[in-house]
Amino acid sequence: MDLLTMTATQLAAAIKEKKVTVSEAVQAVLAQIEKTEALYHCYITVDKEKALERAKEVQKKIDAGELSGPLAGVPVAIKDNLCTEGLLTTCGSKMLGNFVPAYSAQAVKNLEEAGAVLIGKTNMDEFAMGSTTETSFFGVTKNPVNPEYVPGGSSGGSAAAVAAGECFFALGSDTGGSIRQPASFCGVVGMKPTYGTVSRYGLVAYASSLDQIGPLCKDVTDCATILEVLATHDEKDSTSLNRNDTDFTAALVEDVKGMKIGIPKDYFGEGLDPEVKAAILKAAEVLQEKGAIVEEFDLSLTEYAVPAYYTIATAEASSNLERFDGVKYGYRTPDYLGLHNMYKKTRSEGFGAEVKRRIMLGSFVLSSGYYDAYYLKALRVKALIKKAFDEAFAKYDVILGPVAPTTAPKLGESLSDPLKMYLGDIYTISVNLAGLPAMSIPCGKDEKGLPIGLQLIGDCYKEKNLIRAAYTYERAVAADVCANTEADGNGKGEV
Amino acid sequence: MVKQYETVIGLEVHVELASKTKIFCGCSTAFGGAPNTHTCPVCTGMPGSLPVLNKQVLEYAVAVGLATNCEITRFSKFDRKNYFYPDNPQNYQISQLYLPICRNGSVEIETESGKKQIGIHEIHMEEDAGKMIHDESGNFSLVDYNRSGVPLIEIVSEPDMRSAEEVIAYLERLRMLIQYLGASDCKLQEGSMRADVNISVREAGCETLGTRTEMKNLNSFRAIARAIEGETARQIALIEAGEKVIQETRRWDDGKGESFTMRSKEDAQDYRYFPDPDLVPVLVFEKFLAEIKDRQPEFREAKMERYQREFDIPAYDIDIITGSKHMADLFEETVALGAQPKKVSNWLMVETLRLLKENGMDPEDIRFSPKHLAALIKLTDSKAINSTVAKEVFEKMFAEDIDPEKYVEDAGLKTVSDEGALRSVVEEVIANNPQSVEDYRNGKEKAIGFLVGQTMKAMKGKADPAVVNQLLKELL
Repeated sequence: MDLLTMTATQLAAAIKEKKVTVSEAVQAVLAQIEKTEALYHCYITVDKEKALERAKEVQKKIDAGELSGPLAGVPVAIKDNLCTEGLLTTCGSKMLGNFVPAYSAQAVKNLEEAGAVLIGKTNMDEFAMGSTTETSFFGVTKNPVNPEYVPGGSSGGSAAAVAAGECFFALGSDTGGSIRQPASFCGVVGMKPTYGTVSRYGLVAYASSLDQIGPLCKDVTDCATILEVLATHDEKDSTSLNRNDTDFTAALVEDVKGMKIGIPKDYFGEGLDPEVKAAILKAAEVLQEKGAIVEEFDLSLTEYAVPAYYTIATAEASSNLERFDGVKYGYRTPDYLGLHNMYKKTRSEGFGAEVKRRIMLGSFVLSSGYYDAYYLKALRVKALIKKAFDEAFAKYDVILGPVAPTTAPKLGESLSDPLKMYLGDIYTISVNLAGLPAMSIPCGKDEKGLPIGLQLIGDCYKEKNLIRAAYTYERAVAADVCANTEADGNGKGEV
Repeated sequence: MVKQYETVIGLEVHVELASKTKIFCGCSTAFGGAPNTHTCPVCTGMPGSLPVLNKQVLEYAVAVGLATNCEITRFSKFDRKNYFYPDNPQNYQISQLYLPICRNGSVEIETESGKKQIGIHEIHMEEDAGKMIHDESGNFSLVDYNRSGVPLIEIVSEPDMRSAEEVIAYLERLRMLIQYLGASDCKLQEGSMRADVNISVREAGCETLGTRTEMKNLNSFRAIARAIEGETARQIALIEAGEKVIQETRRWDDGKGESFTMRSKEDAQDYRYFPDPDLVPVLVFEKFLAEIKDRQPEFREAKMERYQREFDIPAYDIDIITGSKHMADLFEETVALGAQPKKVSNWLMVETLRLLKENGMDPEDIRFSPKHLAALIKLTDSKAINSTVAKEVFEKMFAEDIDPEKYVEDAGLKTVSDEGALRSVVEEVIANNPQSVEDYRNGKEKAIGFLVGQTMKAMKGKADPAVVNQLLKELL
């Protein structure tokens, strides 16, 4: 039995049936890391000793009948912008290169209580700013499907770790597509839930009003199961929702008869790769064959999403990142003359180019005299985008489209043209602006063998519609969405 | 002809609220404590931490707004004020700029020239900063975040005041209202009430406002009055000399009796205010408002009127007692325990005020309980102790809030009124003071006072003076 071909829920079931021990599962993952990590570099920190120790503890609890949940004993990887008590949390930045939090994020605590075993912290674009995981201070992560390509970002380390079998599932964060886009590029399942569904307490903020934590995993069943564990009300987060409809696994039903699916014409215009387009439309046909009512419509305002997003997100980021100043924790410049000089040198040396670009952009749009023209206007656009979605969801249960205009770009191709990189977020960011839930599920590959992701967008609180549609699709195509366990570290690991 | 000038003054008053925990986390607001012991990830700005509004802070802010006739903002928000300084762990202060919780209020003040309304532009909630401790060497500074996140309200007045007298009356008025609400102890010296004074001058009769300066570091009413006088004179002198007043923030040095430039308008930072995305808007519903209205206390004016109706005590006493919510509560609770109002008032007006003055304390600092004051009055009423002993017991009670009954019992301070027990002492006093005895017998009635005193002294004050007097007369 090859453990690594199992999904998270299959593994937990096997552990429960005593076919596998937790230690065996953890060791299998550690062995895979040993084998492929040097090439892929999914992790910033691997906590080998603690993981093995924790495996024994969890096994004891399972044996004693104290832990019986669907994730008990499953090895998990955590994006490095989620605080983990006693374990380095860098956000992919030199600025936090030595930062060890005194507390764990609520999402991490939920997983630990469910018996998941933390393997390590995954690589990411610095402070989640980027779409390729190339802006990390700790080096690039490579796409396990083909290591000449990027894994996407900013949760690229998490997506790659799942795809490479270096964990059974991972947590990411999604501010403008940072879960869905890497999931799409690496051929795994990813979900950004409705804003407020997962507590942000302990997530190092990029753009507070848009950030949301979610799973990256091997299939739709895992996705629903993990989300069920993550989605709890948290009094420590003012924006945390108190939902009573978080039994997401109840939506794992193979039935879309009568489900109304809208395809926004706006998402199929200029810039969309023909191969991606074909794969998405084919997926829509599959759902139609299964009984869904599929039609095209005009969503509108799509072209305004990118500028509105980069105004709001950078404004919030410019303020959120002020606390990294060399005073209390993290990096401090070794030589300085006085306070002002210490601030300036610490931040100049501690932040990378993309982070500085966004801090400057955000500071500018909040400046006196520009606030109304940029920030307030962007907030008005955000409200209009939400309204456009409200109108669409009056007609449709699910909106279907691509996650990204293309498949993964080659390493080193993106950073030289930030504007082009920002435009790559066009299909994902309006979802964050409107606070909606959305999923990325694999729907085929292009000629280069790179995965294509299908995006399903739901109305607020309607994750179940997405799960039902995704589950039905997954069953229908029996797509190979499992981890690429054939990956052998030489870049020819496609299955 | 000498020009007449008018001083125009507006105030920004910061008041530290009395909530037990901080505005955005559960840490204690208690004063003191070793540095950085009243802290958590939230109030030290750790990565990933999030603020959650303390409901008590909102209740106090709304209560103060209602007491100052403000409109309560039904949809209010918090904004971030961005600036870098190490006492501010996130490098932004969470405050309210765009939609403050209270607006358009007023309070009435009374000065020698009569009554006047002072407008309140707004009241907003915000967090306090930590405290910097600069090493004497000048090589480094330390920061203590115990104060970081302590809740404040800032009360911004309209530029409606024209003199130091009006400013003091306004501050006294605010302090009284807020103390009555229990929302703060409002101590200027300790910084739980801080006032920044905006001052400009203009020629009398002029409609437009002159260029203003903002004065900081005013730690007492006296400093405020002196600073207003000093700044008015400085600005008039500038204008008379044909120079311009520069818009700036100045720091008052009360020791030197003058102010110094802190920063000019040109140096003013762009705070890049924007709504804090980590906090949700504050919605004030009718029910919440009604509950706070129901809980509003009886304010001073109503209390004064009621005291006049209900208690037979002088107007002067009423003025002093109601001048402090704490003292008024103490008075009412002691009376409710059965003590005669006039006697309670006497203890407060005479001994309490004396001890407060001697110890440099405010009425808010009184620590003895109504129960113990009532017990002390009962002991004197029943003549169990005499007035000299009572004063001694009261001092002890003032200092440590001891139980007077137990204390009198334990220290053996009960008045001796038993003739048998006193007779031998009186006889001894007569024997030891032949001169006074002779004076008395020669018709000097006053000499008996000396003999009573000697007996009391021998009895360490515990004798019943009436019985002693009677015995002396009998034996002489």
